[in-house]
Amino acid sequence: MHYLYDTEHFWWTIITVAVIMGVLQGTCAYLILLERKVAAWVQDRIGPNRVGPFGLLQPIADGVKFLLKEDIVPSHVDKVFFLIAPAIAIGTATLAFAVVPFGPTSEPPQVKWAQSTTEAAQVYTPEVVKEKDEYNDRYQAVIAPHVDIGFLFLFAVSSLAVYGIILGGWSSNDKYSLMGALRSSAQLISYEIPMGLSILGVVILTGSLNLERIIGAQLNHGWNVVYQPLACLLFLTSIFAECNRLPFDLPEAEQELVGGYHTEYSAMKFALFFLGEYTHMITTSFLFVTLFFGGWHLPWVATPESFWVVKLIVFAGKMFLIILFYMLVRWTLPRFRFDQLMGIAWRVLIPLSLANLLVVMVVKEVALTYGWANWAQAVVLFALSVGLIVVTGALALRQRPLAA
Amino acid sequence: MPIAESDVRWVDVPKLNLLEQLYVPAVLSGLVTTGRHFVRTITGKDVTTQFPEERPKLPANYRGVHRLNRDEQGRVKCVACYMCSTACPAHCIDIVAAPSPWPDREKYPETFVIDELRCIYCGMCEQACPVDAIELTTLFDLTGLSREEMMFDKEKLLSVFDETVRAGTDPVRTKSGRLSVASELAQPGGLPDSSTGTMS
Repeated sequence: MHYLYDTEHFWWTIITVAVIMGVLQGTCAYLILLERKVAAWVQDRIGPNRVGPFGLLQPIADGVKFLLKEDIVPSHVDKVFFLIAPAIAIGTATLAFAVVPFGPTSEPPQVKWAQSTTEAAQVYTPEVVKEKDEYNDRYQAVIAPHVDIGFLFLFAVSSLAVYGIILGGWSSNDKYSLMGALRSSAQLISYEIPMGLSILGVVILTGSLNLERIIGAQLNHGWNVVYQPLACLLFLTSIFAECNRLPFDLPEAEQELVGGYHTEYSAMKFALFFLGEYTHMITTSFLFVTLFFGGWHLPWVATPESFWVVKLIVFAGKMFLIILFYMLVRWTLPRFRFDQLMGIAWRVLIPLSLANLLVVMVVKEVALTYGWANWAQAVVLFALSVGLIVVTGALALRQRPLAA
Repeated sequence: MPIAESDVRWVDVPKLNLLEQLYVPAVLSGLVTTGRHFVRTITGKDVTTQFPEERPKLPANYRGVHRLNRDEQGRVKCVACYMCSTACPAHCIDIVAAPSPWPDREKYPETFVIDELRCIYCGMCEQACPVDAIELTTLFDLTGLSREEMMFDKEKLLSVFDETVRAGTDPVRTKSGRLSVASELAQPGGLPDSSTGTMS
């Protein structure tokens, strides 16, 4: 039986980490170009097209600019935290990507970890060993495969990203930065709660927090967006808030706060904040596709027997569609006022995600008791989710008109 | 003075119906609008002029750099009457008049200097000129390496004319005669649309 710490796995992991770091940073750079182009197209103009064909060398020019620009550390800042803050921002954003699948994965075997050698002799029967060997021999397109706490790790690390913002704003000794940092930290920690609660329905339906198992479960009984449309919507809203994207980008609202928490930063440190934000976008897009849209799965095109390139392309394609959605929403919705923002998190998203959790628990219990088929569960869950949305709308109607 | 109660109109936030209260349908319709602009621009109907490759189509009365016109004999039309210099709000036209070498006019400009950097391109000189001698062309992308270079003298202004006379972008004239009113006084035949016919 292979141990998970043998040399072969070590080198595969090192290569994956190196390649993924490069690809991630490169994708962030080109996402900045894509953002500018999409912004331009929505505004009836062309984006950057002078540097290279279709502006494709623009990110390289931007990168060179950031590297060669004068790095100003103002005299009034708290130097230690000023220098640490962007490092934390991008470090946690990249670390969060460690458990996110970006390509073909397979379900890890459901074996309990033996705690002693006698238990190992009982638990690791030849069939189990064969299953584990099969799993270990395959390359999983995750930096850290078979992490059973899956996205709990991801949320924990994303919460640490708040430190980057708070320290950046506080150490700048500047009222705009401070306001931006305070708003951002309040927003981030408020929206982490519905982000975690809304996908508990998916966890219950799958039975695990492991992201590879979630993809595997969706292969068998359909994409989770059909079972959990309300959770999908709540999660989508929460990840917009987590990435500080419009309509939740008050922390970096240029019209109000100059630059918010990154006002005093120049050159490479500013670039690190930016890259951290785009890495968050990539990570949450991958997560969203994994949780609700079946990851690398596409019926009749990317099945478990397909070639791995097909699965990679399908996953990347879905991720880019979600990122395009991020960018289109930016130019559709006006920015939320800060009290409206907090009101949405605490008064709408959290009760709705709790209600959604209750619905999933009840339906699953009934389905398990009476042996319902998957499609029946899907229909009932979908209907109840839509019903929840309509009931919420009706409840909101009864409010006093000046409650905004 | 206190406002009368009947003059006060209370306005309330408009009540939303169920579909609006859900906000999601409104977001979707907004996304449709955004998507429409997106698709329209990708399929080529953007409004951007790619500047150095595509020149903008300027209207005929565009106020660019000045030129001094020549008449059909190649002489400078200007009669150094100082009307443009007087009308100019920025005082950027400097003329030195001299007796004209040609018999059909009294004066002509010995030197005629416009400081193109002081000029505000308002077109008052063009409106003031009685003989249609000075016009503003559609040339807008002029550059110079020094301030002295940007003070255009008579030769430079005439050369602008020679450059642009075949451009087809001559400004719109209010009268369709060859020359404007004062010049035509000196021509045999007088004013073409004179009703009294006393000039001849």
